[in-house]
Amino acid sequence: MKYLDEYRDPALARRLLAELRRTATRPWRIMEVCGGQTHTLVRQGIDELLPAGIRMIHGPGCPVCVTPLETLDRAMAIAARPGVVLTSFGDMLRVPGTDTDLLSLRARGADVRVVYTPMDAVRIARERPEREVVFLAVGFETTAPANAMAVLHAARLGLANFSMLVSHVLVPPAMTALLDDPDCEVQAFLAAGHVCAVMGWDQYEPIAARWRVPVVVTGFEPLDLLEGILMAVTQLEQGRFEVENQYVRAVRRQGNTEAQDAVRTVFRVTDRAWRGLGTLPASGLELTEAYERFDAAHRFDVGGLRPAEDPECIAGAVLTGARLPTDCTAYGTRCTPRRPLGAPMVSAEGTCAAFHAAGRTKEASLP
Amino acid sequence: MTTECPAPHHEDDVVLLGHGAGGRLTAELLDTLVLPSLAGQEGPLEDAALLPGHPDLVVSTDSFVVHPLFFPGGDIGSLAVHGTVNDLAMRGAWPLALSVALIVEEGLPLPELRSVLQSLGKAAREAGVPVITGDTKVVDRGAVDKVFINTTGIGRRHPALRPSAALARPGDAVLLSGPIGLHGITVLSTREGLGFETGIASDSRPLHRLVRALAPLGAHVHTLRDPTRGGLAAALNEIARAARAAVEIDESALPVPEAVASACDLLGLDPLTVANEGCLVAFVGSAAADQALSALRTLPEGRSATRIGEVLPQGPGGRVTVRTLVGARRVVDMPLGEQLPRIC
Repeated sequence: MKYLDEYRDPALARRLLAELRRTATRPWRIMEVCGGQTHTLVRQGIDELLPAGIRMIHGPGCPVCVTPLETLDRAMAIAARPGVVLTSFGDMLRVPGTDTDLLSLRARGADVRVVYTPMDAVRIARERPEREVVFLAVGFETTAPANAMAVLHAARLGLANFSMLVSHVLVPPAMTALLDDPDCEVQAFLAAGHVCAVMGWDQYEPIAARWRVPVVVTGFEPLDLLEGILMAVTQLEQGRFEVENQYVRAVRRQGNTEAQDAVRTVFRVTDRAWRGLGTLPASGLELTEAYERFDAAHRFDVGGLRPAEDPECIAGAVLTGARLPTDCTAYGTRCTPRRPLGAPMVSAEGTCAAFHAAGRTKEASLP
Repeated sequence: MTTECPAPHHEDDVVLLGHGAGGRLTAELLDTLVLPSLAGQEGPLEDAALLPGHPDLVVSTDSFVVHPLFFPGGDIGSLAVHGTVNDLAMRGAWPLALSVALIVEEGLPLPELRSVLQSLGKAAREAGVPVITGDTKVVDRGAVDKVFINTTGIGRRHPALRPSAALARPGDAVLLSGPIGLHGITVLSTREGLGFETGIASDSRPLHRLVRALAPLGAHVHTLRDPTRGGLAAALNEIARAARAAVEIDESALPVPEAVASACDLLGLDPLTVANEGCLVAFVGSAAADQALSALRTLPEGRSATRIGEVLPQGPGGRVTVRTLVGARRVVDMPLGEQLPRIC
């Protein structure tokens, strides 16, 4: 079997598009929650091939983008301290804080390192007992199990020089916050397949029922997305609002219970500020009391932070799908991947960066 | 309306790693600092320069700082030969001679240095190019990472070959001599211990024999580039800009090895921006495209040569686009800056 080719087959894609055109009789607005899905949609130009009335609204599912400025500023203040090794995933390094970003801090001598898994940070802590190793833990339910495992591992090793700056967020509270907004235009959701692989999909059933919105658990390949959109449109056309699973090859209804157990051991649900969305109740994870000693926010007193968003950036409206990146006056001019004003221009999963990388301009889509 | 950046987020008074990554930041550094300091240079920057007063001779220089020193498919020694031989070849030249300058860190075990130099010597012999001069410096521990190598090469152009980035023209076929992404992913994976390197190896190899195979096509060969740092995306953008051409490639025609594709998916990288050290892109007049492909395929290093796109008859000059798998069209932008750790 060739790698993932069957999920990228152009002939099958054309067939799904044709079926979508036959199915859709009215305009519909569908939100893909996850930034990875936004990336595929824009990279492949799928949103531009959809029948005219079907509009994709790009959701808040880019973990880099929703990490609050205050957390970034805190991470930078910690990284600037002598003796600290600050670790995180590559995307986080270019996200602008109030005054600077982690890459610039690194160029000025801070020890900031890209890791590929939180276990790498634990390994560094073990190898360098004289240094304080901090992992900036961001992400949705997808990355929470690995981060939980890293804390459990550090606890087993009795590491006193390892800590985590936790800014974990949860998908369902963000969906309900969007749906509660009277201006919400979303009529159906594509739920993030990887999040559901961990958490399952039963938590979306009350959402689908209460707000009468179809939710389709969807994968990340071009054909996954086309099929997910087709399933959502079919439900909308038939007046159904159920949770369906497109991503059957990876997701079970109950999810990965072992991973969920690890998360529950180390983290508890808490209110969490989202960049662009504000503070949402019960929408994030923090370390439980038993593991509080690994909390970098407690370990390092960095004094008063004064986070200040760029006044021109409309990241909040982009994250909720209310505006397109191309609606922003700074898009492509004062805000580019080279000099991002806001986080969605940084990560490949950020809507602004996805638009920019695909050469989308204010005027129109490509000929 | 203000034209100033409203927020001084980035501190541009220091050099960032991205300034050396071969993308937009590198171009910015060259344009604003390097070239003005050197009294400027007209015309597109090519892989190798013509030697003033000697129209058949080209010269090229390259420094190698790859970490780790050894990786599947090569090492810093062989890479230092291949890199410069290939830069000469992309101006249509056969390599005549190389210089080698070493900057070695105090404390480097001699066996490691010996392995690097033996590999360098072997690569030069296999490429048929003598090393005729060199230099060795040793610096304090920590002043360099183990060993850095500079090679400079002189080459003589094949009589009929005059390729230049500025010569790509509408209707040209865009040919690629081999699969993309192998070098960058192999080095990254070896360095970071990611495990992908068990199934793949760097494509580091000399390309001058491929160029010689194209020599009979003469002036039909408009442009040659080896897509190293910044990958195919950077190489195509440089060509599109230099020739003011609209370049379009077909995603389904791109040879991306399975291991590269899966590593890129997992790491969030784009295979188009991953570095290569053993393939070339050729812009060839459409009438000669099939002949060029056959010529490339006569050699082992060009066995999987394939056509990946064309220069559109009309369209905005300087733009690279890709036909996506599902049939839409997307711009392929110049990569920004640092994507991978030091890879060459």
